[in-house]
Amino acid sequence: MSTRLANYGRLINRAKAVNFTFNDKVLNGFEGDTLAASLLANDQMLIGRSFKYHRPRGVVASGGEEPNALINLGVEGHFEPNARATTTETFSGLTAASQNHFPSLEFDIGAINSKLARFLPAGFYYKMFIHPRSFWKHIYEPIIRKSAGLGKAPKSRDADKYEHYYHFCEVMIVGGGIAGLQAAKSAAATGVRVLLVEQTPHWGGRAPVDGVMIDGMAAEDWVAQTLAELAARDNVVMRNRTQGSGVYDHGYALAYERIADHTPGDGRPRHRLWRVRCKQIVTATGGIERPLSFAGNDIPGVMLAGAVRDYVLNYGVSPGDRTVVVTNNDDAYRTALTLKQAGLEVPVILDARAEGGGDLMGEAITAGIRVELGRGIAQVLGGKRVTGLQICSQAGEGAVLEEIGCDVVAMSGGWSPVVHLWSHCGGKLNWDADQAMFRPDPNQPPLSADGEGFVRVAGLANGHLRSAAIIADASVQGAAAAKAAGGNTKRVVLAKAEDFEERPLSPVWLMPQGASYKLRSKAWLDFQNDVKVTDVQLAAQEGFESVEHAKRYTTLGMATDQGKLSNINGLAVLSKSLNAEIPDVGTTTFRPPYTPISMASLAGEARGELFQPIRKTPMHDWHDSHFAEWEPVGGWRRTYAYVRPGETVDQAVQREVTNTREKLGLLDASTLGKIVVKGPDAGKFLDMMYTNMMSNLKLGRCRYGLMCSENGFLSDDGVVARIDDQTWLCHTTSGGADRIHAQMEEWLQTEWWDWNVWVVNITEQLAQVAVVGPNARKVLEKLGGVNVSADALPFMAWADEKLGGISCRVYRISFSGELSYEIAIPANRGLEFWEMLVEAGAEFDAMPYGTECLHIMRAEKGFIMIGDETDGTVIPQDLGLSWAVSKKKDDFLGKRAQQRSFMDNDNRWQLVGLETLDGSVLEDGAYAIASGKNANGQTNTEGRVTSTYYSPTLRKGIAMGLVFHGPERMGDILSFTRIGAAPVKAKIVSPVFYDPEGKKPNV
Amino acid sequence: MLILNCPYCGCDKDETELAAGGEAHLKRFGPGSSDQDFEEYLFERTNPKGLHFERWRCAFGCGKWFHAARCTATLEVFGTYKAQTLEPPKVIKDVITTKRPGWSWRNFS
Repeated sequence: MSTRLANYGRLINRAKAVNFTFNDKVLNGFEGDTLAASLLANDQMLIGRSFKYHRPRGVVASGGEEPNALINLGVEGHFEPNARATTTETFSGLTAASQNHFPSLEFDIGAINSKLARFLPAGFYYKMFIHPRSFWKHIYEPIIRKSAGLGKAPKSRDADKYEHYYHFCEVMIVGGGIAGLQAAKSAAATGVRVLLVEQTPHWGGRAPVDGVMIDGMAAEDWVAQTLAELAARDNVVMRNRTQGSGVYDHGYALAYERIADHTPGDGRPRHRLWRVRCKQIVTATGGIERPLSFAGNDIPGVMLAGAVRDYVLNYGVSPGDRTVVVTNNDDAYRTALTLKQAGLEVPVILDARAEGGGDLMGEAITAGIRVELGRGIAQVLGGKRVTGLQICSQAGEGAVLEEIGCDVVAMSGGWSPVVHLWSHCGGKLNWDADQAMFRPDPNQPPLSADGEGFVRVAGLANGHLRSAAIIADASVQGAAAAKAAGGNTKRVVLAKAEDFEERPLSPVWLMPQGASYKLRSKAWLDFQNDVKVTDVQLAAQEGFESVEHAKRYTTLGMATDQGKLSNINGLAVLSKSLNAEIPDVGTTTFRPPYTPISMASLAGEARGELFQPIRKTPMHDWHDSHFAEWEPVGGWRRTYAYVRPGETVDQAVQREVTNTREKLGLLDASTLGKIVVKGPDAGKFLDMMYTNMMSNLKLGRCRYGLMCSENGFLSDDGVVARIDDQTWLCHTTSGGADRIHAQMEEWLQTEWWDWNVWVVNITEQLAQVAVVGPNARKVLEKLGGVNVSADALPFMAWADEKLGGISCRVYRISFSGELSYEIAIPANRGLEFWEMLVEAGAEFDAMPYGTECLHIMRAEKGFIMIGDETDGTVIPQDLGLSWAVSKKKDDFLGKRAQQRSFMDNDNRWQLVGLETLDGSVLEDGAYAIASGKNANGQTNTEGRVTSTYYSPTLRKGIAMGLVFHGPERMGDILSFTRIGAAPVKAKIVSPVFYDPEGKKPNV
Repeated sequence: MLILNCPYCGCDKDETELAAGGEAHLKRFGPGSSDQDFEEYLFERTNPKGLHFERWRCAFGCGKWFHAARCTATLEVFGTYKAQTLEPPKVIKDVITTKRPGWSWRNFS
C-alpha cells in the first residue's frame, strides 16, 4: 500500500484539498502535489503499461527523468498525451487517464507480449518483417502502426494560448538548486544581468530533502534567504516552472515556462518559450539517480531511492510500508533513515559494496536498521506490485540466500551529472572512473564566436557530489561566467556547506555481477521501451558495436525520456559485452530539448491569422465583398473567381472568360512584380539579366523578356518598359518579385559592384488594373484624360497620363489575346480607381475576373506561365521561345549553361498544344505513354501535360504540354495517363488555340 | 543560431535576420569557358570541417551581402567583411593566422 502520511510534506498545503480524476475515478490530493504524489497517496502505484511488452509500470522517479508514469492528460482542446505525472502539478478538476492498454489498465491483452518476450528480442522487427517483401505494405505495417505509440494523438485543435518571449542578459543560469542559487548570487554581485530558471515550481532542488547545512543554516532557510537577496536585486530575473531546455550556437538558449499548466482557464498563456541571448550560461542542472540492473527491477514498487525520500519529505506520501534499500553508495542510506524516522519499516539495506559506507551507514545501524554488505537482489517478486525479493551475494551468480517480504524497493546505482545542456552545442565529456560518471571536460566547452567557451557547469552537474564542493564550485563558476561576460569580479561571494563523511561508490552495472541469462533477461535498462540487459548484449554480439547503432537496434534510450535513467547503464553493459572501457564506447548524442516541450510553445503566437501575414492589394476588401473565392499566390491572396450566389466556381470562371472575350473584363493585377532599374549601366545590366536585349528598347515601348538562372533554366518572365534614358521598369511574376529583386541585388553587389545601377522593388507602391476585352478602349475613353487610340498608343507602348483625374501609367499589353490595357496607379488610389472603372464600365458590361479566367485566356493563346510550363528543368528553347534568346549578346545569365550538349540539342521535350479526341479535359501533370519499360520496370514516357483547362471559348478541353520532338509531330496521337482510369488519346496541335493571327488585340 | 556582425550595419545580427549564401569568393565562368571550369563554378563547393569563407546577406536588415570567415567545427567567427572584394582583407587573414597558424583555404593562405 502506498498512502498519505500524517506528517511531512514540505511542499503541500494540507489545508487545501483538490479533487481530480484518474481513469474516471474521483481521487483527492493536496495543493502542491505532483500528480504522481497524488496517485501514490491514493494507492495507485500501477499507472501505465510499457511500450513493447505492455508490462505494468509504476512511478519510479520524482522528476523530469520519469520514464513510466506517463498519462493522457486533459480532454478535447486541452488534451495532451505522454504527460509525466511526476512533473504535472495536481489541480482541482484535473483529468488523467492511463495509456497503452486494452481493455483496461489492470487487465491488458497486450501483456501477452511479455510472455512472448523471448521471441521478441532486440531487432525482432527488423528480422521478422523483412520477408516476404510484399507483406510489409498491406500486412505488417498496418498492424505495427496500430500497436505503435503510447498515448493517443489529440483529436481537437489546441484551445490554449502560447507565446514567445525574447530575453537578453549577460549570464543565464539553468537550475535553481543550491548550486544555481549560489552561482546566481555570485554572478549578480558583479552587476551583470542574470537570468535564473528552475524547471520545478520550487527552489532549492534536493538540498532541503537531503538535510544539507549551508552557512550554519538548514538548506531550506538558506534558500529562502538567498531568494530574498536575489529578488531584491534589479539585475536578476528569476523564473520557476521554467526549464532551460536547449543551448545553441553563440549563447542562444531556449527556456520553456509552464505558466498555466496548473491553473488552466485563468486566461494566461499555457506555455511561454523564452528565446534567450546571453553571453555566458551556467548549467547547474544537478544529477539523476541511476537505477540498478537486477531481475524484476521494473515491477511497480521498485523506485529510485532519492524519489522515495522525495515522496515522503516533500509530499508526505509513503510509497509503501516495508521498503528494502539496495545501493552501491552512501546516499541511499538517507532514504533508509528518512523512512525509519517516518515510522516506516526498512527490513534491510543491501549494500553491494563489501566494505560498506561511511557516517550514514553508522547512523543507520544506530537507528536499528539491518545492513547487509556485499549483498544484492537476485530477483524482485511480484506482478503488478512488489511483494518481496530474494537476496543474493553481489559477487555471485544469483543463488538465493534469503527471501524477504516488502512492497517497495528503493534502489540507487549512484548519481549521473545532468550534462545535457553542456553537450547540446558541442561540450565534451570526460569519464570519471572513481565516481563512475561522465562529467564535463572544462577544456572542451561549447565555443562562442570569439573561440572562448560560453557554457560553464556548476555543482553536481559538474561532477561534485558533496554539498561543500557544490557550493564552492557554484561560487567560482558564477563569478567566472560573470567575468567572461564583462562583470566586475572584485568582490567574490562565498558560502560554506557541511558534509557527512561518505565513502565512494562502487560501480554496479549488473546485480549480481555474474547474473544468469534467466536473471539478465528480466533486468531492465529502459523501462519505457522494454530494453533488457540481454537485448544490449545481443546487439553487441550481432555486431552493433557503435553506441549509436546499438541504441537504434535495441531502442535503448529512444523513448520519450530519451534514456535519462537507462543510457549510462546500457553503455556500461555494452562496453562490458565489447570488452571495452566505458569512455571508449562513448555516449550517444545529447540533443535539445532536455525533456519534451509542447509543439504549440514552439509555434507561439504564429497560428491562424498570425501564422503568416497575408499580403493584400488595395482592392482586397472590395473583392472580398464581391464574392471572391481566394487563391494564395506567393504571399498574396488573389481572387480565383467572383462566384455569384447560385453559381458554382466553374460556372463563374466560364462566365468571366466569355464576358471578357465578348465584352469587358477587369483584373486586379496589383500583385505583379514591379522593379525599377536605373543608372548609367542599367541597360548593360538588364542585358545580363534577360536572355533578350533590353538596352536597345526604345523610350515609350515595352518588350516581353525572359530571365534564366545561371544554370540555364527559365526562372521568370514579364514585360519590360523603357521609362527614360537610364530607367527601365521590369514586371515580374506575382510570386517572383522579391526573388528577382534579391537576385538583381546579389549580382550587383557581389559580381558587378563597379556598375552604376540601382534597383528598387516598387511592387507595393502601385496598384495595377488590367482592362481587357473589345470594350476596353470605350471605358477608358469614357473616363477621359488620355488618348488611347490605336495610333496614339499602339500595341506594346505605354504612356504617363491621367484617367478620371488620377495620375497613371497606361501600358498597352495583353496576356489574354484581347484588346487590353494595364493601368498602374498609386496604391493609395487603387480602390478609388477600381470603383471608378467598375461604375464607368457598367454600360459596357464590365465584370471583374479572377486568376482562373486569366489562366484559361492565356492558355487559349498558348502563352506560357512560369510554374506551369516551367518547373526548374525547362529552358526557353523548350517552349518555342528561342526568338527571345539573343544570339547577338556575348553573355547573359544562363547563356553558358545553354551551350552544354544536353541543352543545345533538339532531343528534348518541347511545347505543343494538346486536344483530346473526345473533347475531354486532360489530367494536370498526366504523362504521355511511350513504348517499352525503363531500367526500373516502369513504363516509358515521352511527354507530360503542363496546363490543362476546359475552354469556354472553344467549348472543349485544351492543354499545353512538353512532348519529345513535339513541334515536329503535329497531328500525332498520344496516350495520356489518367489516375484510376484507362489512358485517354490526345492529338498534338499548335499551342495557340485562339486567334492564331493575333488580330484581336491589334484594333 | 550564429551571431554575425554586418559590416554595413556595423552591428551584430542574429542568424534569423540573415540569409546564408554558400561559399564565398567564387569566380564566375561565362561563355567561352571550358566545360570543366563552368561545372566547377556552378556546382563544385568545398564543404570543409574547419575554416570556411561564406556569403551572407543581411536579409532583414540593410539587404547587403557580406562575407564571413568562420570555423564550421567550433563556430568561431574570425571576422566579416564587405563582399566587394576578390579576396579576404589582410586584417581578416591576420586574425585567422593568429588563431589557426598555417591555415589555407582554396588558394588563399
